[in-house]
Amino acid sequence: MKNWRNHFGIIIPVLVVLGLAIWPTLSDSVSNRESAFTILKAIALASSLNILLGYTGYVSFGHIVFLGFGGYVGLYFLNEQGWNIWMSMLVAGFSSGLLAFLLGKAILRLRGAYFALATIGINEAMKAFINNFDPFGGPIGMTLNFKVYKLYGGASEALSMAFYIMAGLTLAAIILSYLVRVSKFGLGLLAIRENEDAAEVMGVVAPNAKTWAYVLSAIIPGMVGVLFFFKNGNVEPHSAFPLHASIELLVMVMLGGQGTVLGPILGALAYQGMRGYFVTSDFFKDIQLSVSGVLLLVIVLFIPAGAVGWLRNRFAPLRRFLP
Amino acid sequence: MQQLSLLLASLPDGVLLGFVYGVAAMGLTLIWGVMDVINLSHGPIISLGMFGTFFIFIRMGVNPYLGLIPVAIFGLLLGVVIYFVAVHRVINAPHLSSLLATFAVNMIIIGLGTAAFTTSPYNVDFSMGGFSLGFTTVLWTRVIAAVIAIAVTGALYLFLFRTRPGKYIRAVTNNRSAAELMGVPSTQILALSFGLGTMLAAISGALIATFFPFNILSGGGYELKSFVIGVLGGLGNPVGALYGGLILGLLEGIIPAFLNTSWVPVIEFGLFVVILLVRPNGILGAKK
Repeated sequence: MKNWRNHFGIIIPVLVVLGLAIWPTLSDSVSNRESAFTILKAIALASSLNILLGYTGYVSFGHIVFLGFGGYVGLYFLNEQGWNIWMSMLVAGFSSGLLAFLLGKAILRLRGAYFALATIGINEAMKAFINNFDPFGGPIGMTLNFKVYKLYGGASEALSMAFYIMAGLTLAAIILSYLVRVSKFGLGLLAIRENEDAAEVMGVVAPNAKTWAYVLSAIIPGMVGVLFFFKNGNVEPHSAFPLHASIELLVMVMLGGQGTVLGPILGALAYQGMRGYFVTSDFFKDIQLSVSGVLLLVIVLFIPAGAVGWLRNRFAPLRRFLP
Repeated sequence: MQQLSLLLASLPDGVLLGFVYGVAAMGLTLIWGVMDVINLSHGPIISLGMFGTFFIFIRMGVNPYLGLIPVAIFGLLLGVVIYFVAVHRVINAPHLSSLLATFAVNMIIIGLGTAAFTTSPYNVDFSMGGFSLGFTTVLWTRVIAAVIAIAVTGALYLFLFRTRPGKYIRAVTNNRSAAELMGVPSTQILALSFGLGTMLAAISGALIATFFPFNILSGGGYELKSFVIGVLGGLGNPVGALYGGLILGLLEGIIPAFLNTSWVPVIEFGLFVVILLVRPNGILGAKK
């Protein structure tokens, strides 16, 4: 941070998140808070995925595994061991990071589509395993004991608190994403994305860099998982590891522009907004999925760089403000 | 002893199912081998094959095995359309593009299918009886399905090795630019390969519909199984997929004798990841 003028790029992302965080308070509406929670969650997850997908160029099709795993670990400590939410989130973030570290050591050797397939396999294997794992409640999952909310002054207080923690986590996610983007470590990741062999020749220790990128992209989803299931009050294997949610995250990152800090944020906002509109509109309600599919196809075929990527390519002076 | 009888009871079913899984996986692995594209719209096409059997048999009263022919033709044409609409533009792009493009097709089919058929289960009530084999009864529908699966594999083999378009497909698989230099019309061949892949998916769906109830989302599970089988038999090796299917069928027959059935996916996907890591070319060692 030698020169604050070099860090214009973080201003817009932070403003977006802060705006989302105070919007429900200003409008004093619980339903707005729910929408804002969903959008903030999407931003946090998409920005985390972007560290691996956008900066490093590895396509994780099962990134939601960290949300589910972290959520399970967190809820286990919250519910069965009586820990508080902060400690549970720390443990969950740490466990997700550790899982990513161990997995990364193994599967990051695979490249391209093989890596994508392996991440799908891991998500499914984890879902099937948790389904059989009795301490986590097996196929029924875990339901949060109502007493847990009492610690935070009742259910409605707890939900409001969960919202502000979510906003904090999202802020942390985008700052992390930005710091990686401007650091020397991030430059190494970008080099791996462009050409892994050449990057190694230039002195990037690719296996380590990739593993750490994977770990960094897993910690925040783990913590978000705890918060999400804490708010929902229960967790079960099918809601914890939905493969289609992983792909929604990919769509958000692609929509906004992979490899940029602002891209996943805009992508998450646009995707959630669009989804909300389609689900509630009479005309699109039934074929909502098809319309999203057509949109995704058009983006992939014609604007593969995403919105922010397209702007950066088109208008060079904007690059300073749109990292 | 009890386990042994349980094993003998579930083994024939598992093996016979394995052949049908093999056909689904063959479609996936053919497309992967020819153009390095993982077709994420495989599952919904399997579902469409299931609905094909449903409409041909329940609505029109035609024998489901005869109905395989229109289902196959539909699958082939659908694949060619998908290729030109979604895949052709991203064929040389990074993997993410083709993965997402085929996934977009998946979303479109599932969305339209849900609007048309809802997600409530459908059932093709087709029974041909069975015969008893030691501890268990084997259903004729499964035996016939397995025979058809083997016949389809044989036909695919003959097509790939004995006909000119088949040889073109193998040439494009080996080296697309070299094949183009030799005058192979690569765009048509790629479209044909994609069509063949989706045709195999539709056929396997049509066969599966004769033994299990299904809905528009059912194909997803078989798509995941196809990944596992494809990796077992070697991605890009269509005939290996049949062996892969057999291995998976055997596992599904053997595991329930010793563990709870819910452990089957844990072992399947665990094995899948391990094989990807240790032998990404498959245990039979295909090319690449």
